[in-house]
Amino acid sequence: MRQTTPGHDFLRGIWRENPVLIHMLGLCPALAVTNTVENSLAMGVATFFVLCGSSLLVSLCRKFIPNAVRISTFILIIATFVTIADMSLEAIVPTVHKALGAFIALIVVNCMILGRQEAFASKRPVGRAMLDAVGTGFGFIIALFMMGAVREVLGNGTFLGYSVFGESYEPWVVMVLPPGGFLTLGFLLLAIHWLQRRRAQRRDAETEGELVARERAA
Amino acid sequence: MGNLIWILLSAMVVNNFTLALFLGLCPFMGVSARVATALRMGLANIFVLLITSLCAWFLNTYVLAHAPYLRTICFIVVIASLVQIVEMTIKKVSPVLFRELGIFLPLITTNCAILGLAIFQTNRGYGFLEGIFFALGAGLGLTLALVLMASIRESSETADVPAIAKGMALVLIIAGSLSLAFMGFAGLLSSS
Repeated sequence: MRQTTPGHDFLRGIWRENPVLIHMLGLCPALAVTNTVENSLAMGVATFFVLCGSSLLVSLCRKFIPNAVRISTFILIIATFVTIADMSLEAIVPTVHKALGAFIALIVVNCMILGRQEAFASKRPVGRAMLDAVGTGFGFIIALFMMGAVREVLGNGTFLGYSVFGESYEPWVVMVLPPGGFLTLGFLLLAIHWLQRRRAQRRDAETEGELVARERAA
Repeated sequence: MGNLIWILLSAMVVNNFTLALFLGLCPFMGVSARVATALRMGLANIFVLLITSLCAWFLNTYVLAHAPYLRTICFIVVIASLVQIVEMTIKKVSPVLFRELGIFLPLITTNCAILGLAIFQTNRGYGFLEGIFFALGAGLGLTLALVLMASIRESSETADVPAIAKGMALVLIIAGSLSLAFMGFAGLLSSS
């Protein structure tokens, strides 16, 4: 087991190992329900709750779960929390619950959650597992928020229901339809790869510059 | 009969599971590099979807009518264990078929398409026959999407793509165009 600091456990999931944008996990909700910012945030928060709840329980019970049936146990625990989230959303925000539809129940098969249980929560003490779950959950919310913001602003001309571009804006309807989900994520990935490459190039240029300077000095 | 055909067509092309509902994306992204593998994955998917439909119908009729709050837990546990049993049976009865489908079966079980099918079938109140046709349509649709994707990816392998677009970004943009093309089928339903 690799040793990591608590701060690293928390920060890792937020950006550098973002579950959606870097690891491509949990794509199904990230593409399906991100047509408005409101839906994206509701889905993000529901997933955050399920992830933290199951990480806590899995980490607490990690000594009692037999190795042979661990995956089924994780799935049962996750399904329990999903049922809680499903019913709570139905009671608190019925309109959002209706818009998300079957995709709330589908949080059960979000590979990101099962992945964190198997790779992290089942092997670490409760505190670390919670830090990891909160970090990864925030990363998921951020990724969903980015998708939702791009799609709602371009596809509807609004942000959280408020008009952004004014009356004369002709919305790109395709962005709120299914193809828009694929295209938005595709272009977001392009942007991220471009940034990564630029950063790497700059780092290379800096080290090269240093070498040249050192040679001159010598 | 006409109704059943519409259910099949609708699930296959108009509301294609992968391209319109984003279900079963993991195999769509992961196993779509070769046409032959994609085809096998598709067949395994059809098989598991049919079993799932049967399961969901049985659970809905005999168990969940009394305890609706157990729906999510019940579906995932019953489907996962049944697929495991079927896998063991196939291994015993037909090793050839097992080799063809083998590795894919357990992968498929935790695929969103499977649970999605069970939930949609329940929400829409499909009966036994309707469920079977829905599952068949969904499976054929998944296979179609997978094979299309794999053939595009195979031929784009030699293409000159900018370095930043290599990998997932390219796959997602191709998927977006495919999804756009499949939206054309929506006219099929509204004109009927």
